[in-house]
Amino acid sequence: MSTGAHILVIVLAAGVIAFIVHLVRSRRLRAKYSVLWFSIGMGLAVLAVFPDLLVWLSDLVGIGYPPATFMLLALSFLLVLVLHFSWELSRLEDRTRALAEEHALLREEVEDRLGPRPGRDSG
Amino acid sequence: MTTDPRTLVIIPAYNEEASLPAVLKELAEQTPEYDVLVVSDGSTDRTAELALAAGVHVATLPFNLGIGGALRTGFTFAVRRGYERAVQFDADGQHDPLAVRALLDGLDRGADMVIGSRFAEGGAVTYEVSGVRRRAMKVLQWLVGVLVRQHFTDTSSGFRAFSRPMLEYFANSYPVEYMDSVEALVQACNGGFRVEEVPANMRGRTGGAPSTRNFKLVYYYVRLLVVLLVSTTSRGQRARRTAKRDGGP
Repeated sequence: MSTGAHILVIVLAAGVIAFIVHLVRSRRLRAKYSVLWFSIGMGLAVLAVFPDLLVWLSDLVGIGYPPATFMLLALSFLLVLVLHFSWELSRLEDRTRALAEEHALLREEVEDRLGPRPGRDSG
Repeated sequence: MTTDPRTLVIIPAYNEEASLPAVLKELAEQTPEYDVLVVSDGSTDRTAELALAAGVHVATLPFNLGIGGALRTGFTFAVRRGYERAVQFDADGQHDPLAVRALLDGLDRGADMVIGSRFAEGGAVTYEVSGVRRRAMKVLQWLVGVLVRQHFTDTSSGFRAFSRPMLEYFANSYPVEYMDSVEALVQACNGGFRVEEVPANMRGRTGGAPSTRNFKLVYYYVRLLVVLLVSTTSRGQRARRTAKRDGGP
């Protein structure tokens, strides 16, 4: 890798870590995700500083083209992450539904006792 | 009326202002002994308002959950208010209030869920189904038959009666995806509940539009087939999940 490319990768990795730190500090990222992304950021940084690690790893598992190792790792990670998000979304939707149902039943009960108020459907 | 266990008619309604008042009027005239709950499923028209004016119970969902979610709301209502049984009834005028009796008789014979079939022998054929749709329904019917080892002529009918134990079960686990009725049928059979079919005459819609367009229907249909095939292998897991929702954090 040329010196220019090396510096570029290091700068990019530093940028990613800085952005994650910013998100966590401003509490826009839940703790459980911050750990995950910190690990990813650190991994990127290590690879950026010591790109030979990738070559070593490729040799170890028998992949002739080191960037392919990187792609494989990145793709596997993304796949797992997306699957996790789908699971989380399903769970959230379940909970939203349960809340909506509970809301409707409570509203029925309240209105039954207090009498209806205008604007039912819109509200 | 005193011999009639407390019965709730659940009407899921999504923007049914055109047909709902007539349906409620007919129910009030022909079967005044049943309580009625309209579940307005995120309607943006006057559905809830008109139902309230008719003097029935109205549960208003804050946004559209689909018919499965609306039904589950109704089941929970029935369970909490101590109803002995409930009937699922369409807001579009397809179902005949006088046919409710036949469904309830099925419950009296010991069934947990009774399905009013448009195609069972004895059901008058005033209900028209197009060719493709009929074939799709045939496939479903066959698949359900294989999965639960019981023959049903109308797996997707939305005219059904439920016993108290069935209501308690479905209040937690009623399927919320589209074409809920087929999945619910399989769930009930797999859960060891007794399901029975009785012939029921149905009419054309009196107002409003069918809830779904064709291309979307195909997608839902395929999705349902997948769900059905998977559901038989992951039954235990679903039971565990339900238990967790009840008691867990």
